[in-house]
Amino acid sequence: MNGAPHIEIRDLTMAYGEFVIQRDLNFVVNKGDIFVIMGGNGCGKTTLMRALIGLQRPARGTVFYGGEDFWSVEPDIQARLKRRLGIMFQGGALWSSLTLAENIALPLKEYTALSAPRIAEIVSFKLALVGLGGFEDFYPAELSGGMKKRAGLARAMALDPDILVIDEPSSGLDPLTARRLDDLILELRDSLETTIVVITHELASILGIGTNSVFLDTETHTMINTGNPKEAVASGDPKVRHFLTRGAE
Amino acid sequence: MTITRPQNSGEKQWRLDTRRIDDDLLEVSCGGRWCLDQDLPSAGVILAEGGDGLRRLSFNTAQLSAWDSGFLAFLRALLKLCAERGLTLEQAGLPKGVRHLLAMAAAVPEQKVARRSSVGQSLFFQVGAATVEFFRGAPEMLHFLGEITLSLGRLFSGRARFRLSDLWWEIEEVGPRALAIVSVISFLVGLILAYLGADQLRLVGAQIFIADLVAIGMVREVGALMTGIIIAGRTGAAFAAQLGTMQVNEEIDAFKTLGISPVDFLVLPRMLALMLMVPLLTLYAAFVGMLAGMLVSTTIFDVGMFEYYTETLRALDVTHFLVGLSKGSVYGGMVAYAGCLRGMQCGRSAESVGKAATSAVVTAILLITISASLMTIIFYRLGI
Ligand SMILES: Nc1ncnc2c1ncn2[C@@H]1O[C@H](COP(=O)(O)OP(=O)(O)OP(=O)(O)O)[C@@H](O)[C@H]1O
Ligand SMILES: [Mg+2]
Repeated sequence: MNGAPHIEIRDLTMAYGEFVIQRDLNFVVNKGDIFVIMGGNGCGKTTLMRALIGLQRPARGTVFYGGEDFWSVEPDIQARLKRRLGIMFQGGALWSSLTLAENIALPLKEYTALSAPRIAEIVSFKLALVGLGGFEDFYPAELSGGMKKRAGLARAMALDPDILVIDEPSSGLDPLTARRLDDLILELRDSLETTIVVITHELASILGIGTNSVFLDTETHTMINTGNPKEAVASGDPKVRHFLTRGAE
Repeated sequence: MTITRPQNSGEKQWRLDTRRIDDDLLEVSCGGRWCLDQDLPSAGVILAEGGDGLRRLSFNTAQLSAWDSGFLAFLRALLKLCAERGLTLEQAGLPKGVRHLLAMAAAVPEQKVARRSSVGQSLFFQVGAATVEFFRGAPEMLHFLGEITLSLGRLFSGRARFRLSDLWWEIEEVGPRALAIVSVISFLVGLILAYLGADQLRLVGAQIFIADLVAIGMVREVGALMTGIIIAGRTGAAFAAQLGTMQVNEEIDAFKTLGISPVDFLVLPRMLALMLMVPLLTLYAAFVGMLAGMLVSTTIFDVGMFEYYTETLRALDVTHFLVGLSKGSVYGGMVAYAGCLRGMQCGRSAESVGKAATSAVVTAILLITISASLMTIIFYRLGI
């Protein structure tokens, strides 16, 4: 590529009407990063994600993917950039009228030339990866909250995206499943070279898999660049240390 | 044996070779690109000509230039096939990432859950199932009616828990906001009634009786019926969608666990709002319909405006109004009942909210039609 950073967020300000959620965000996500966006409830993590993935135009500033300004290019280029993203929403966002298998098969049918039996094999593999092997014919309404979440991740991974954006993967998961999900995220990065942007406040995940991070502060409505979370917890900004140690420091 | 695609063009495509390197060992060489953007082979081709005595499979991926889930899914399908035939698959020749991801996919054993059969059922079966379903639904409908009755009892003894502000909000929503559509429809219906009557009455020179026809028709029957149907489509569907969405969000369960009756809190205000507002809308609809009748009679059929007015007054008496009002009230109750019933019965998905809304309108119109016929017969028998 042209040496431009993989993802760059420049001067981003997000607001709902007059109500500014976060201002002047600047950071870079490199290829192969597991980039953690952290912060307290309601600090604007999901809102930032919506700006990243093209669902909500930021009030100011923009997002670059490989040097291309997402918010000012033509819609067809936007569509091409979006194809590189796989997104898992906070609530799963599975299509309720489709079975799990159909949920995952839909992007594959839409964007690949694979035959139906190949798609079925891929679907079953993706479900097995998130520990839902055998649930192909279930409808989302028949799953538990944590299962929906994992199925949402399987759908996000359907096309082996370049960049996987995950909103709160581990909240609502039991500790073993959460751990397995972290391992999966690591493996996806290592084997398929997926770049991962993960929104989470699960301390074990932040410290376990994060390679780079930002902290969105609710009070000042702006970010603190925190680098590798493992270092931030030892020697970072006091506010971040307070957060990462559950208020102990 | 080499299995490749005909338009194979170097590194761009997947390549697959198999070579028997020992009596019981088959080496599978995968080369090129094994990615989702290609038309990948089925795992079956490898074992298709496996031959006798084959016990093991090994891999050579030295020529593999790129891979993703497409390759993994192929291998996983191959693993399954090998397991079925008792072959061992030696993974040593596979890239490390591939081995890890395959292991992860195998970490949680597949759930043995009964697969649903989606084969088409015969017409007889479907008719039978629908009939059984209908009769299963009947007790549920009665049960809900009972709950509403109990809830009304609590209301009159002052023990029902709901917020007056909700009632006001619903009243505004179903009453004033429906005026526009009710005006348009009842004006047109009044117009049609007048034309219909005029056609016959003109033959005997009795155009003046258009006034009787329109007045009694609108006040006794048509005003209430049209309002009922409009409200079924407008408000009944909305009720079902609101309560259905609350069902999806577990809001109704939250009421139940708090010991607050969802029927009191959610159904009662809606029921009351409709039972109060639909009679008023009925009156209004009748009035607009009579205006339309007057307009048609005076401009097209040469009836004097004053004549029409006095004839209308002569034709109407209080019982007609009471009949119309009582019908309006009953239809309002039916619409609220159908809307809330279907909303409360809603499943847990977006799709079922849509079904609830549809079913609410169908049920409401059915109930309105049935009660309209019953009431007409009863009023006739009673001579009202
Ligand atoms: N549609 C909306 N209209 C107005 N304000 C909104 C809207 N959605 C979110 N907000 C506000 O934006 C802020 C950030 O919300 P957001 O959902 O991004 O938080 P979050 O960081 O993802 O929180 P959580 O950790 O709970 O998921 C909150 O204060 C919220 O009240
Ligand atoms: Mg959020």
